Amino acid sequence: MSLANLTPSPGFEKWLPIEYRDLVENGPYFRDKKPKVSDMGKFKEIVEEHPMCAGCAMTLFIRLVFIGLPSPEHTVIVGTAGCGRLAISQGSIPFIYGNYGDTNATASGLKRGLDVRFPNQFKDVLVMAGDGGLIDIGFQHLMHGWFRQEKFTTILLDNEVYGNTGGQESGMTRQGQILKMAPRGKKTGKIDAMGLAKVSEVDYIARIAPTNPARVARTVRRAVLVAREIGSSYIQAYTSCNIEYAIPTPDVMQDAFDVEKDRYGFEEIISDRAKEFLAEVEKKEKKDKK
Amino acid sequence: MSTQTASKVPEGKPADWVPAGDKQEVVDPEWLMHEAPRTTEFITGSEAAREAIRRCNVDVAISYPITPQSETMQQAGYLYDEGYIKEYYRAEEEIGTMSAISGASRAGVRSLTATSGPGLMRGMEAISSWPGARTPIVLLNMCRVINTPLAIQPDNIEISFLLNTGILHAHGENQQDFYDYTLAAFMVSEEVDVTLPAVVSVDGFFVTHARGHVSMQDAKYKLPPRDGWRSAVPAMDNENPPARISRDAPIQKSNFISYHMHASWQQEVFAAVKRSAKYWRKYLGDLIEVVNPNAKEMIIASGAAVSQARECVRQSEEKGIEVGLIKVKTIRPFPEEEILNAVQNAERIYIPEFNQAGWLHKEVCSTLYGKCKANIIAGPRVYGGMTMPTELLLDWMAEGRKASPSYTF
Repeated sequence: MSLANLTPSPGFEKWLPIEYRDLVENGPYFRDKKPKVSDMGKFKEIVEEHPMCAGCAMTLFIRLVFIGLPSPEHTVIVGTAGCGRLAISQGSIPFIYGNYGDTNATASGLKRGLDVRFPNQFKDVLVMAGDGGLIDIGFQHLMHGWFRQEKFTTILLDNEVYGNTGGQESGMTRQGQILKMAPRGKKTGKIDAMGLAKVSEVDYIARIAPTNPARVARTVRRAVLVAREIGSSYIQAYTSCNIEYAIPTPDVMQDAFDVEKDRYGFEEIISDRAKEFLAEVEKKEKKDKK
Repeated sequence: MSTQTASKVPEGKPADWVPAGDKQEVVDPEWLMHEAPRTTEFITGSEAAREAIRRCNVDVAISYPITPQSETMQQAGYLYDEGYIKEYYRAEEEIGTMSAISGASRAGVRSLTATSGPGLMRGMEAISSWPGARTPIVLLNMCRVINTPLAIQPDNIEISFLLNTGILHAHGENQQDFYDYTLAAFMVSEEVDVTLPAVVSVDGFFVTHARGHVSMQDAKYKLPPRDGWRSAVPAMDNENPPARISRDAPIQKSNFISYHMHASWQQEVFAAVKRSAKYWRKYLGDLIEVVNPNAKEMIIASGAAVSQARECVRQSEEKGIEVGLIKVKTIRPFPEEEILNAVQNAERIYIPEFNQAGWLHKEVCSTLYGKCKANIIAGPRVYGGMTMPTELLLDWMAEGRKASPSYTF
């Protein structure tokens, strides 16, 4: 998308909502210098008002994803049913809200189609969906997208539960956890999605909790750039469900720190070719900064 | 960041390789369909489909094998290798295929896939969402049994599952139809006031694996490309503001506005199906073909049953009995007015079908109810892989006459 597409025709500005004008004038599109996480709140962010629960860590994470996108003006996001899409769909980036669990199949066709149609302009495709959407119902498409080394990023919003349908156990729920549809506690363990990504030879894999905003933005950026140039990328993010896990709203961030320390520490698994590519990109960025 | 470079030579091809599709000439689709010189070959239905695809300027094709469809989509693979199709891969299974091809279509490129019976049913959740997403995909469907016990025989009951989805649907009689309808389907589905997916069905094996005469234009011609911007709903390319349905699905909220949005969107999809009729006519001449229009006995049929009906018409004529035939080319839009006009003289109507449910009989009954005096006789129906001998149809008609002895021939 070019800035001209977004800019209102002269004379129309005053009839457009202030949020729209704000997005054109102060939003993160088309800037030589992208806004940083520390600028959040000072400029028009991509995500609008949303209906997520008060204190939801997933919402914070999604906002950080939007800040981390290297080229929001050339990004399309694919999602599925679940909590996350309620916030993602309020972003100004085109969002495909597909069928149940179809994200990674849809993204495969979309990315290839965009590459055919725009041979001289990269288009970033990003899947952002929950643990139910990706690890249960969409599992086959997730795995096969990785096996085919499809060039898009998958972000798993892991709240370890089906939040949007009211708190049922998912494949990412931990063993023993009592939830709806697990009245005696979940019988089996949390699926090792990181391990699956690794054996599938995903080029960039990261596990993260939203405790360090700058790190989230940097991780998203790395994942998207690797997908653009090298191969599949995957981010698994702990985004707690304070409702179903009964985390008091003021304690949501403390929970994120505790879980991060206990079992969700930041980890990156990067293939050699992706490492080489990222080193080159980041070296150039440092040089440009100077 | 770096940008992608145009026209990279694929691995394994010489440096001076030029995709075969790039050497074809884009021509006016109406000229191609009606005026371009044709030569006739004796080929299978799968080969006819391949030859149509070769001239359709397809951008993305996604395949998954199932009998009897595999033959066609592996041929599409060879077309990709030659450079007639720009992107192609074998997906994980049919939900993956049908989801991925919708992703490709949303990118604004011409998209093709194919399947058969059980594969269609497996992909049905995705397929039934295509019309609402306004994705002009062409799906070639080679009908086969879907019921348990599992069988790979011809039977077109799967068509009944597609009737109320909002998908355009043409049902080919033979190899020639498979070829022509496929070319037409791309053009119709991509019209701005249509922007809907289209299915071209043929009866598996009878058409796909048998040979027939197919008249084809020179392979140096191809259809104009899809223009991703020319569409009822903008492509999801982040070049245009996306349609509201893409931004926040109207169904997400439970209030009267959301109910009305959903209802009006459904109305619009089905209105677009009706609007497509003028384009189908442009390419196929008419939505029905009528033989012996003044006959008092008419057979209404689609697909392979039409061929059996033609033979029945001929054999009846030898016995001095005039029997008429209405061939239904498009199931969606269903040619209600045309059928109504064509049966004005009919006193008895027979509807032979290759399925147990009798979906065409039901369609005809709802169309003619209260508007036609003819006695509509269901059947004969064969299914589960059975063939339909002409004798069966002739006997069925003889029985029908006995049931209405007042008629004389």
